[in-house]
Amino acid sequence: MKFAVVNFPGSNCDMDLYYAIRDGIKEEVELVDYRETSLDGFDGVLIPGGFSYGDYLRSGAIAVHAPVVKEIVRFANEGKIVLGICNGFQILTELGLLPGALIRNEKSRFICETVTLKVINDKTAFTNCYQENEEIRIPIAHGEGRYYCDDKTLAELKANDQIIFKYDRNVNGSVDQIAGVTNKQKNVLGMMPHPERAIEDILGSDDGLKLFQSIINYQVRVNN
Amino acid sequence: MTEPTAKQIKDEKNYQQWGLTDSEYDLISQKILKRLPNYTETGLYSVMWSEHCSYKNSKKVLRKMPNKSSRVIAGPGEDAGILDIGDDQAVVFKAESHNHPSAVEPYQGAATGVGGIIRDIFSMGAQPIALLNSLKFGPLKDGKTKHLVDEVVAGIGGYGNCIGLPTVGGEVSFEDCYENNPLVNAMCVGLLNKTAFKHGTASGDKNLIVYVGAKTGRDGIHGATFASDEFTDTKNKQRSAVQVGNPFIEKLLMDACVEIIEKHPEWVLGIQDMGAAGLVSSTAEMASKAGSGLVLNLDNVPQRETEMNAYEMMLSESQERMVLCIKPEYKDDVLDFFKDYELDAVVIGQVTTDKQYKIYHQGELVTDIPVDSLTEDVPEYDRPEVEPQRMIDDRDYKFVPEIDSLEETWNNLLKQPNIASKKHFYQTYDSQVKANTLVKPGSDAGVIRIRGTKKAIAMTNDSNSKYVYLNPYVGGQIAVMEAARNIVAAGGEPIGVTDCLNYGNPENPEVYWELDKSVEGISSACEKIDTPVISGNVSLYNEYNDVAIYPSPMIGMVGLIDDIDKVTTSAFKEAGDLIYVVGETADDFNGSELQMQQTGSIKGDLRPLDLTEEKLHQDLIRMAIGQKLIQSCHDLSEGGLAVALSESAFDNSLGFDIKTKLTSAQMFSETQSRFLVSIKESDKDEFEKLIKTDFECLGYVTQEHIFKVTTADETVLMDGKKAANNWKEAISCLMK
Repeated sequence: MKFAVVNFPGSNCDMDLYYAIRDGIKEEVELVDYRETSLDGFDGVLIPGGFSYGDYLRSGAIAVHAPVVKEIVRFANEGKIVLGICNGFQILTELGLLPGALIRNEKSRFICETVTLKVINDKTAFTNCYQENEEIRIPIAHGEGRYYCDDKTLAELKANDQIIFKYDRNVNGSVDQIAGVTNKQKNVLGMMPHPERAIEDILGSDDGLKLFQSIINYQVRVNN
Repeated sequence: MTEPTAKQIKDEKNYQQWGLTDSEYDLISQKILKRLPNYTETGLYSVMWSEHCSYKNSKKVLRKMPNKSSRVIAGPGEDAGILDIGDDQAVVFKAESHNHPSAVEPYQGAATGVGGIIRDIFSMGAQPIALLNSLKFGPLKDGKTKHLVDEVVAGIGGYGNCIGLPTVGGEVSFEDCYENNPLVNAMCVGLLNKTAFKHGTASGDKNLIVYVGAKTGRDGIHGATFASDEFTDTKNKQRSAVQVGNPFIEKLLMDACVEIIEKHPEWVLGIQDMGAAGLVSSTAEMASKAGSGLVLNLDNVPQRETEMNAYEMMLSESQERMVLCIKPEYKDDVLDFFKDYELDAVVIGQVTTDKQYKIYHQGELVTDIPVDSLTEDVPEYDRPEVEPQRMIDDRDYKFVPEIDSLEETWNNLLKQPNIASKKHFYQTYDSQVKANTLVKPGSDAGVIRIRGTKKAIAMTNDSNSKYVYLNPYVGGQIAVMEAARNIVAAGGEPIGVTDCLNYGNPENPEVYWELDKSVEGISSACEKIDTPVISGNVSLYNEYNDVAIYPSPMIGMVGLIDDIDKVTTSAFKEAGDLIYVVGETADDFNGSELQMQQTGSIKGDLRPLDLTEEKLHQDLIRMAIGQKLIQSCHDLSEGGLAVALSESAFDNSLGFDIKTKLTSAQMFSETQSRFLVSIKESDKDEFEKLIKTDFECLGYVTQEHIFKVTTADETVLMDGKKAANNWKEAISCLMK
């Protein structure tokens, strides 16, 4: 499987994701410049964390106008794998590919720590290697990671099993302690925690590895 | 604004307000130029001859520092120092102070401190890999100080998080003397492929000078002069001297500079960042170091404000700007390369052979002076020095603590802001970006692995200005050795030092004595453990209403871990492990946190530090770690054994059961040269055979989160959870 890691000006977790794919699950991966107009040849697209365009205006708000974004939207609509982490999640909600929005943390400070997540839905392209309710340790690092949506959207997310990860406690003020959601079709995942920082035991956790392995599992099944 | 004429500057002594003295001005006009310098020229001299740029007051003292070892590739004089770590790789590091700007505009002051030190690293051709910081404030009792702390911490995080470099270590402390003059020191560490090393020089006739990065505005004009002056009630609001940072631009600039040097080394002959004293400092230093001259045309400088004059453009400290020296044949390649990163890049000048520094603005020659006169002809001052009266008065004073309740004293000490957990602050720094952080903030040293190798780099920032205040010489030694113990405890070999020397007004003989003696102390310790001082900076005039801060040298130390299997942390690992203290404990209470807690101030002399014993203990611990005998290792510092035991227990919510020959008071003694270690019981014989020297087996780690302690005086059972809460919550409570 061949992944594209889209690099916007100000992305800063691009190499972390690149190494997670190359060294963690040993699959093909390329960095793709934000000015590219085609993602032909790739099977999945990964949008890394960071501060695209300095997070000026609003996190992710400027990135959505980059040329490569049309291709991300095409991937999403064609049912291909799209994963946005941290700033990538913010870009996906900004694009409307995922419901809700990410706003300033409840206590309005940036938080970096390794937190416990609960796997809510283990039947997706991103979580099939985990067990339902499995607790995993994944780092977070964000100032605007508080997931917000209205009651109607929350009811829909629940009804469609779109809530994929939840924090085990109130970390940043997110609605329903949501850490990651998919679209209805479940081929687009956005999450604030950084699985790409949890792929080696020596870094404190390798619980993120299964997320990337899940994608490979899923793709193998689709291809067969 | 009409510029004053050269004659007006002389007659009205305008140069004085820019920081030049009468004798310095006379030297320039009578000996160097043999004419009166015009407005722009006077401005150039005033910033280049400021203490911040010229070290005119501290040079004599700085020469005492060792800067050689078998690893040194570059030392003081470059943007940052470089140490060989084998396999054609090197580490590059430097620390810098941003004290004055942070006092006036804390968020931007701190942020641009981080931005500036990062540029010093990538201007050497290195990829920055980690950040650290050392912060000192007044006590957390009023809203003003809390605001200052909040904003400084936010500024550091705001810049480092956005640019995407992990902040892996640091320290925060609180003393009265920093209330109106906080210290903000930032350090950056980078990794260099030895072949990529670029000097900050401008050589070769007709080679081009290229300006890259953010546009020039009026911010930060006279920042270097401002940094070389003291604060008073009436003189503390020089906002125009403070710069504004843009980490997004710096990220582009960093990536572009690292890439151009890595992929196209032949395009770039020299590179330097525009830091203090901006365009003049960077270009004049590049030319002077190469023995060249320069012609600059300011009309080409990208500007974000209108009608800036030459003086303003040359002295602006706008951030995120670099200067490159390139060969003319690569001009288009270089400019196109930066354009691809959407960065401004323009040719602003040319190298010449006449050693003159010439500046044109709007067709007019506004500066024509010998380039070396800016960098080399600064008078060097040999200031009078005298031992501070307090040292003579308090020489024989010995603080003898009285402990009514071991448990109460212990718990109270854990709540002291200087001892309590700093997680409230470091949690706001991204410590894991780049996915190389093996040891995050909260242990003795931060550790970053070098991807693709077995190696890792340990790094720490350390200072205990209370000790330096009581005895500058011994305090200087302690600062170095405590940093070294942090590196050793993390599994590393100390290999080099950078420093920020923060002091009061050097024209005060007592302050100068403190500077001189503490540098001698630092030097002797660095020589003992072969850690050359390869970079650093000096920040003098840290005073408010004529009261100086404590002499506050900050030591940034880097260590090499040759195998990541050796990486060790301070946290106890398993119940049943044996606990040892290595090193003899004596009654060292002068300058201790206990003295501060019980008397509200510090007083008395320090015992001399036995450097040979200190080194022996460090070597033994390193050997024990090398032989995989150590489960956890923690340096003993503020709060002594009691605090070290607690901190080691907190991380994994473990407890301990110990019995010691020490008195209850000695549990808080701050004797140097000690480590707290835990080992597997099965390694007992081998460990004791190796250590041989002074050690005491205290007891063992327990599963219950309970501290059971028997001293020579009493036995206490402490609730570990309560102790942990005291330690963890103290800062958050105070910051509310």
